[in-house]
Amino acid sequence: MRSLCRVQWRALPSLFLLWLAFAALGAQAQTLVPIPELSSHVVDTSGTLTTAQQQALDGKLAAFEAASGSQVVVLMVPTTQPEDIASYANRVGSTWKIGRKDIGDGLLLIVAKNDRKLRIEVARALEGAVPDLAAKRIIDQTITPFFKQGDFAGGIGAGLDQIMALIRGEALPAPQAAKSGSGSGDFQWMDLAVFLFFAVAVGGAILRNMFGSKLGSVVAGGAAGVIAFVVTTSVLVAILAGVVALVFSLVSGLGRFAQSHSRGPWGGTGGGGGGWSSGSGGGFSSGGGGGFGGGGASGGW
Amino acid sequence: MKKWILAFLAAMALSGCGYNDFQRLDEQTKSAWSEVLNQYQRRADLVPNIVATVKGEAAFEQETLTKVIEARAKATSIQVTPETLNNPEAFKKFQAAQGDLGSALSRLMVVSEQYPNLKANQGFSDLRVQLEGTENRITVARNRYIQAVQEYNVLARSFPSNLTAMVFSYQPKPAFAVQNEAAISAPPVVDFNKK
Repeated sequence: MRSLCRVQWRALPSLFLLWLAFAALGAQAQTLVPIPELSSHVVDTSGTLTTAQQQALDGKLAAFEAASGSQVVVLMVPTTQPEDIASYANRVGSTWKIGRKDIGDGLLLIVAKNDRKLRIEVARALEGAVPDLAAKRIIDQTITPFFKQGDFAGGIGAGLDQIMALIRGEALPAPQAAKSGSGSGDFQWMDLAVFLFFAVAVGGAILRNMFGSKLGSVVAGGAAGVIAFVVTTSVLVAILAGVVALVFSLVSGLGRFAQSHSRGPWGGTGGGGGGWSSGSGGGFSSGGGGGFGGGGASGGW
Repeated sequence: MKKWILAFLAAMALSGCGYNDFQRLDEQTKSAWSEVLNQYQRRADLVPNIVATVKGEAAFEQETLTKVIEARAKATSIQVTPETLNNPEAFKKFQAAQGDLGSALSRLMVVSEQYPNLKANQGFSDLRVQLEGTENRITVARNRYIQAVQEYNVLARSFPSNLTAMVFSYQPKPAFAVQNEAAISAPPVVDFNKK
């Protein structure tokens, strides 16, 4: 055991050097344009649109999403080099996965400003509503005339109007009544119930034996909250699960040890605490359903 | 009772050695492959329309056109089954035929630039858009297939799942390669003195 440790220590500097070399190599090979974070319906890393223009477009798309359910997102980047705009668009689409879960109706309008190229990338579910030809016509006849005059917001707005009109014509499932942000609702309640009644009963008993009645219950509540957050990615559900688990294991602990004193909401907040870092409280998040198969069209101006 | 324990242990051992993972990844590669075939078929279906439109242009370069027709005939004559995946020879042949069709088509598109009538033809430019979209879809489908195969092959070659692969004789699957590496790495010749 000793000798093993010593060997490893001696090898450490060279390993570190090796790692550095690989990291440098990786940095050199990895010159692809990174994919920005999906923060709203309009993401502009090229700094072209003013805040007011962004808000106007975002409002338009948010209203459309509320009315029809489909997610349309605009991305403006300075360049997609060395990648082709089509493959960059596909990479963005498969990373963001915009479109409702189980339906996958997402659409991406990408503008590479310095390359003077743009692309409408259509998720598979919308390829019927926005076929390649329609996308190409929107690009050539509606958007690029604006772009040629340098009016990016106008071109994007006009293009979006047409795209939304096309999507409206498609018989897609109606949007669900707007429920607190995250689109993952109903079926997890069932999972949660099953989870609570089995896992908490067993795990709570073990934890109570390990940590004693009160601390064990708090730990069980916290664990339930964390697991519920991981499963459902909803802070609300996580807090609820934490509280329920806490109460549940406290009550079953009381039955056995006949001890009182509950430490109320402690376990609950402990469980939910992990949630805020992920920030699901924002106004817009991807539905996570869009599968992009390379549909759409590209153009330039 | 003992029988049940044995069965349970066998199930655990099998899933521990990646048997289930093999099934999942095998199915994943198959579906990715079907998508590749689907998109190639879509391209092959487009070719007759393109040929018909181009034929309308009286003075069109016959040689280019014939090459496209021949390449399509060759590509569609190859029978592809899921077994093609486990046969590197057939896979290579299929890939070569599709590659020929692809280069013949892109040559046709380049040549068509020289014909103003064709460029002004709305039907032809629509076909162009569709062809471009199909080529994009082919690229995406091929990428997905390559990723699926990579995942499968890593499992088939790494320990201890390679033992499972040996017992059930799961071979690593072939992935797409660039067929004309030399042609791509050679810089293009630009000649402004033509005509």
